[in-house]
Amino acid sequence: MSILEIVILLPLLAALAVCLGAPARLVSVGSAMVNLGLMLGAATKFKAVAGELAFTSSRVVLDNPSINFAVGMDGTSLILGLLTALVTLAAVWQIADDRPPIYHTASQLIAAGAFGAFLCTDLFFLYAFHELALIPTFLMIALHGRADEAARKAVAWKATLYLGAGSLVLLAGLGWLVLEYSGGQKLTFDLNALRAMAATNPLPAEKQGIIFFVLLLGFGTLVSLFPLHSWAAPAYATAPVPVAMLHAGVLKKFGLYGLIQIALPLLPQGPHVPWVQKALLLMLLGNILVVGFVTIAQKSLDRILGNSSVMHMGYIFLGIAAGTELALRGAVLLMFAHGVSIALLFALAGRLRNQLGTLELAKLGGLASHAPVFAILFAFGAFASIGLPGLANFAGEVLVFLGAFGAEGGTTFGPLQWTVVLALWGVVMSAVYMLRAYRDIFQGSATTGLFMNDPSLFQRLPLILLAAALLIAGCCPWLLLDLLKTAPVP
Amino acid sequence: MSVFAVEIFLVLLGVGLLCLEALLPSVTRRAIAALSLGGTALALVLFAFADTSAAALPAFVQPFHQLDSLALFYKGFALVATLAVLWLTVENRGYLERHCPEGRHGEMFSLPPLVCAGMMWMASAKDLMTVFVCLELVTVSFYVLVAFARKSSLVLEAGVKYLILGALSTGVLVYGIAWTYGVTDSMSFDGISAALADPETPRRGALLGAAFLLAGLGFKVAAAPFHIWVPDVYQGAPLPVTTFLSVGSKAAGFVVLSRVVAAFTAAESLIRTEITTLLLIAGAATILLGSLPALFQTSVKRLLAYSSISHAGYLLLALAAAPTARHDLSSAGVTAFYLGTYLPMTVLGFLVLSVLRQNGVGDDLRDLAGLGRRQPFLALAATLGFASLAGLPLTAGFMGKLLVFLGLVDHAAWAALTCAVIGAAAGFYYYLRPVLAMYSGSPATAEPIKLSTATRAVLFALVAAIIVIGVYPRSLQAPLKSAGTTAVHASH
Repeated sequence: MSILEIVILLPLLAALAVCLGAPARLVSVGSAMVNLGLMLGAATKFKAVAGELAFTSSRVVLDNPSINFAVGMDGTSLILGLLTALVTLAAVWQIADDRPPIYHTASQLIAAGAFGAFLCTDLFFLYAFHELALIPTFLMIALHGRADEAARKAVAWKATLYLGAGSLVLLAGLGWLVLEYSGGQKLTFDLNALRAMAATNPLPAEKQGIIFFVLLLGFGTLVSLFPLHSWAAPAYATAPVPVAMLHAGVLKKFGLYGLIQIALPLLPQGPHVPWVQKALLLMLLGNILVVGFVTIAQKSLDRILGNSSVMHMGYIFLGIAAGTELALRGAVLLMFAHGVSIALLFALAGRLRNQLGTLELAKLGGLASHAPVFAILFAFGAFASIGLPGLANFAGEVLVFLGAFGAEGGTTFGPLQWTVVLALWGVVMSAVYMLRAYRDIFQGSATTGLFMNDPSLFQRLPLILLAAALLIAGCCPWLLLDLLKTAPVP
Repeated sequence: MSVFAVEIFLVLLGVGLLCLEALLPSVTRRAIAALSLGGTALALVLFAFADTSAAALPAFVQPFHQLDSLALFYKGFALVATLAVLWLTVENRGYLERHCPEGRHGEMFSLPPLVCAGMMWMASAKDLMTVFVCLELVTVSFYVLVAFARKSSLVLEAGVKYLILGALSTGVLVYGIAWTYGVTDSMSFDGISAALADPETPRRGALLGAAFLLAGLGFKVAAAPFHIWVPDVYQGAPLPVTTFLSVGSKAAGFVVLSRVVAAFTAAESLIRTEITTLLLIAGAATILLGSLPALFQTSVKRLLAYSSISHAGYLLLALAAAPTARHDLSSAGVTAFYLGTYLPMTVLGFLVLSVLRQNGVGDDLRDLAGLGRRQPFLALAATLGFASLAGLPLTAGFMGKLLVFLGLVDHAAWAALTCAVIGAAAGFYYYLRPVLAMYSGSPATAEPIKLSTATRAVLFALVAAIIVIGVYPRSLQAPLKSAGTTAVHASH
């Protein structure tokens, strides 16, 4: 039995145990800790070998069409697995004791789905695990969201419809891909077999472009690619804190992961077909610039965080659009960094709302004097999100920008380079809304009479864990980048 | 012991129970129920150990009986479905006692074994004559079962509707059989497909016969445009009967359809393209006409009725997509696989409704409010059942839909595929509504719902079946593997 199978099964078992009445917090936090330990152990043992997966195992589930429960990981899956383990631990740790056990069940199910999606190498299970994670997300938003019943149900339905439709488009694209590469023979969903076939027998470029575009729409909806993004911000603003942390931090990365691990290796020319490239660049600029302006206009912290999370996806799409090794490594690093920073921010915002009952910037102020530790932790998340050097996001963004700008030998100045130039303004926008939010919440005088205190040491631990991850990945990005030597290079 | 002996045993069981109920009033219903359940379970065990070679059949049956893997699969299916329905009848005894004259409902236990024998025979049919006789045995029993609890006006309405439309469809079917016989000069599937490969055979006559045949069978499986009766009859009929209609009657219709379509669409058939197109159109229309009205239903029972219609559409599409090299399953195999996934999730849905009704909970969406708190296990099981009906991955329902979709893609049936996808997308909405209802809102009464150990065990078995098929589809695919090829060969 591969260690990866244990990592996938453990949260499922934990969810089942909590469902059957086991002490929720103990089981949930315990299994998350074990999983983080397992992933760290796997990371230390992991040796990057080009074209090979580590910790593989495969069990036949159906002969023809051939479906296997196959797991395995390369650097990209490892980094996302680490991200999942990290955010899951923080998310279940910060669930308050008075919450019903369904909080833990749902969080563990989402974690299991994310682990499965990142660690399975069979398209069938990869897709299936992501769907598995979506259901508890909807249920939690609809049942325990932070709005009155009609409003949160509307938000949940909207997200369900968007993500359900996106999943169907994705299914169609994946099915098409499998059919094309199986070439009239036995169908296989095995990612490695498909990659081998794509290397020996590539499709014509125009067809690659079309399939890539279908996959882009499918995966893109899941990652809130402009203009398919409008479900995301309200869903995050409404979702219970652990669900927002896990979805925005981890699960959403599945779409990007799919583009990097499935679409790019199988359709290497897809993103370079001119019309596909133009469409992708326009959409990602929509993410960065349009949603950037929308974010600046927001007046409450949860809306800012929700929209900023949508906006930052644009940079990762830029890395995918560039497709160079440098840009892709940056994109993977940025996925990790964004996941940790947004999870930290959502956790803090949730705490803020719990204590003060509001997240309206106009009503907050001067909190730093009462809660200095809280303010520092928030600063970590906010500054990471802006892209301050020394925190994880910076390294990722720089690599993406350099990689994208230097694409095509760095001699031309085409649409990609123009996009980089425009996208750089996104960094300024991030600074505008994040610094303003920080100033409004923590500085000035607390004239409104709202008062909050610092979290206790025990409650601080998961937050410190996330902040430390940001700092470590920011100061020593090679720790993660070295794992990516085997990253798929188109 | 041959398979045929098991079928004879079931007939004797049914007739024996009828006599017992009629002649010895002192025998309690409890005893009859136990005999019926025990007898059917015994038949299942006997079937599992029976000699499945054709040589084991008595000589006089051999010309009319085939025992390919498809036939064996459907025989097992019929037995399991009948057992499930008998169990549901036990669950619903309160309702039946209230709505049957003098509370007598012994025939509810003696008719299902007869229906089961009819379905098992039908699975082995080699000619239209056997098909017709078996189909009538099943349908006539259903006329009685649907109208059984006749003190309720809803039941009477359902009974009359089912009787009239059933009789009409039988007429249409006979007309189709007559035309087919007249044109091909044969009743057997082998003879029909041989005649259709002959360019001398009048094509239009064959088409007319095929159209009537398919229309007649379309009534039985609730294919559009012959599906109108379904919601009313399903809503009115007692729950166990609705389940039987939804699972058993549908499977019976589809096993016959598999045979008929295989004969009509054999490789050199004159009418192959037309029949395939007809099935694609009917399938796509059935999906849309089943799933779009389902969006607006507030009664869970009616919701399941519309769901049953839309599933018939997927099954028709499975039949239309003929076998290719990249499947281990033929179109008939995929159809059987889909029915295999359909059985546990549908029975689960109706079982949940039965339990609720026994506890005085209505079948309106509003009545489900707070069920998650009143009976967490029941709500969890229902959630998985609905997830599977919707076709979420890792449940049985997804595997069935996946195979159907792959077949359609293989045959470039894009329009039908689009309709199927629309139906599936609509399904996500209407199947998740009851789930959401169960977990939100507060119950009208906080009193917990009690589940007997036996009910719990049955629920658990159904949930396990849904997950096992969803995660390890090989378990259902293996017995069907040679099904398609034999079915096609048989028709040559």
